[in-house]
Amino acid sequence: MSSISFRGRDLLDVETLSTEDIQHILDAVPSFKEVSERDIKKVPTLRGKTIVNLFFEPSTRTRTSFEIAGKRLSADVVNISVSTSSVSKGESLRDMADNLAAMQADVLIVRHHVAGVPHFLARSVPQPVINAGDGAHEHPTQALLDVFTLQEKWGSLQGRSALIVGDIASSRVARSNVLAMRKLGMQVCVCGPPTMLPVGLDQLGVESTSDFDKAIQSTDVVMMLRMQRERHKDVLFPSLAEYAGRYCLTGERLRRAREGVVVMHPGPINRGVEIAPEVADGLASVILQQVTNGVAVRMALLYLILGGG
Amino acid sequence: MDLLIRGGRVIDPEQGLDAHLDVRVAEDRIAEIGRDLPLPASGSSCAAAPRVVEAGGWIVVPGLIDMHVHFGEPGYEHRETIASGLAAAAAGGFTAVAVMPDTQPVHDTPTVTEYILRRAGIVHGARLYPVGAVTMGLNGESLAEIGGMHKAGIVALSDAPQSVGSARLMRRAMEYGCMFDLPILSHCEDRVLAGNGVMHEGAVSTILGLPGVPAAAESIIVYRDIQLAALSGAHLHVQHVSTAETLSLLRCAKNRGVNVTAETCPHYATLTDEAVRGYDTNTKVNPPLRPAPDVEAVRSGVRDGTIDAMASDHLPQHVADKEQDYLAAAPGMIGLETSVGLALRLYHDGLLPLPQLVAAYTSRPARILGLPHGSLRVGALADITLIDPEHEVEVDAAALHSRSQNTPFLGWRLRGAAMATIVGGSIIFERKQGV
Repeated sequence: MSSISFRGRDLLDVETLSTEDIQHILDAVPSFKEVSERDIKKVPTLRGKTIVNLFFEPSTRTRTSFEIAGKRLSADVVNISVSTSSVSKGESLRDMADNLAAMQADVLIVRHHVAGVPHFLARSVPQPVINAGDGAHEHPTQALLDVFTLQEKWGSLQGRSALIVGDIASSRVARSNVLAMRKLGMQVCVCGPPTMLPVGLDQLGVESTSDFDKAIQSTDVVMMLRMQRERHKDVLFPSLAEYAGRYCLTGERLRRAREGVVVMHPGPINRGVEIAPEVADGLASVILQQVTNGVAVRMALLYLILGGG
Repeated sequence: MDLLIRGGRVIDPEQGLDAHLDVRVAEDRIAEIGRDLPLPASGSSCAAAPRVVEAGGWIVVPGLIDMHVHFGEPGYEHRETIASGLAAAAAGGFTAVAVMPDTQPVHDTPTVTEYILRRAGIVHGARLYPVGAVTMGLNGESLAEIGGMHKAGIVALSDAPQSVGSARLMRRAMEYGCMFDLPILSHCEDRVLAGNGVMHEGAVSTILGLPGVPAAAESIIVYRDIQLAALSGAHLHVQHVSTAETLSLLRCAKNRGVNVTAETCPHYATLTDEAVRGYDTNTKVNPPLRPAPDVEAVRSGVRDGTIDAMASDHLPQHVADKEQDYLAAAPGMIGLETSVGLALRLYHDGLLPLPQLVAAYTSRPARILGLPHGSLRVGALADITLIDPEHEVEVDAAALHSRSQNTPFLGWRLRGAAMATIVGGSIIFERKQGV
């Protein structure tokens, strides 16, 4: 029996999870995945629990994924979307958290455009807080569903290699995946123009390159990040066309990769910008499996934090 | 009231003095320094009874000067009033502070100078020396009323906590300030390069996902201002040095004979950017906390004298402005009441002897600002600080005299504290003991 328990714990980042913590979560996923495959996709596990989705940043898929996960476990799910313009002061952030805590929600799932806000809330309220993406910091449930998807395919990830491509500096998905993959024994290389590679990557045990055509030849999985179109105003690259020319995962590029390479994308995808349609829809792509697994991983987490151990 | 301070180790770098001596104060002046001075004659015609202060185990030094503080009066009294700021100064061992001009209205006219001095005059605390703005409204566009403010009593010019963005305007300010012998205290930061950064750009900012400020944002402007000081002949004082590169630029400039001095703050010699982990907004400060190699360089700079002075950059912020997300939170930390305890770590760590540390708090800032303080020579104003380098104090929000509590050092046990602060012969602060 494992001595690990997540009951009542926050899930703020992958950084502070141990390898055993991660595996403990992943091991719980298959039985919840099975629930989603039933005709009646609902179990009474979390009946009477209240889950609050507190989203300060627009999100469709992560919020929906958490909502479906909660509902399949019979919890009551409340969605609160807060436009960032109406809450620009942390004072009201604090007040909002205090109010939700006073209404005795059982867990807060938080997304915010500023790194560290889930940590701030976790300090302010007694309830457990799950980080659903904070600024350019972390998106731990995304990384958990990504490594779960890879484990489903390969079993152990030990010794496997990953290439993450795109705007690494501003990507919470990249950070959480780098950490999770490293903890599970993978080698990770990140790829993008130097303007999108943050400093200090070497201290994370990560390689970096700007040469996508070369790097794609020696990896087991290619994870493409969503290109935020407005980012080129910050002089990170000259034009979307030039970016796509060097960093779009096209069928031609993919043919240089190893046999059996896996293509991932956290979504939502920009077809033709960072990934070509034929690749997104192709045989190597697990993009929709990621989405399916996202619900199962979030069900497992909610169960571990609110109910089980 | 006359005072006799007995049995302390008297350190006065200005006179090259470091010995166990007694100090006698008559009215507001230092009357005598020597071995085993006799008790003041009691029952003299003087109405007040003489007071003996036993300073065994303590050091007796010229009143400490903090040449870089921010108060909130006028305009931001909820952060700090002149009275609360001067009380915090006294409790930290400071007998004089130089106050930056970022008030509301900005201290850019002699009217504000007069207001501040009048308010400070009714406070029984540390002395206040106002610093006037370089530019009107700290807007970086036109010169403030420098001559008028000088006449009213400012001791230096600064746009802190802003950097003067235009090199041309900075040059003119330096040239104009020369007419009044006013040093320019420069907050060196290339704001365009710093962008929306809120912490040092490095491995920690990468992990935390917070926008970073590269070290070059500081040194680029340090280099610019050194060039402008050489061009204009003005006295440039670089505020809150935080990077290794700034130190090498300063060494080079000093070797070339440019009229440049510099300060750092205890936090840049104590904390690294690792302190930002956990997103405590009290660690948000400008310039940002730097990684270990820079902290080591700052400590070396204090030891070899490249950094002339220690200053706190005391910047009070209301709790509502700190209880925010890390991007929105206001920058700054208070420092008057932790400065001595943090700086003494340099001594306790064996990095530098006490006289050198004392000079960074007394004779050197006095000289930079042209103040009639910083020495215990006979006849000088009796501004004296008594410090017990071993006295341990836990930093406790409730015990702070400042109106704000924005410090990342809450809960720290600091070794060494001011035990009494004397301004013009009068004891303005005594630490309660035996608790």
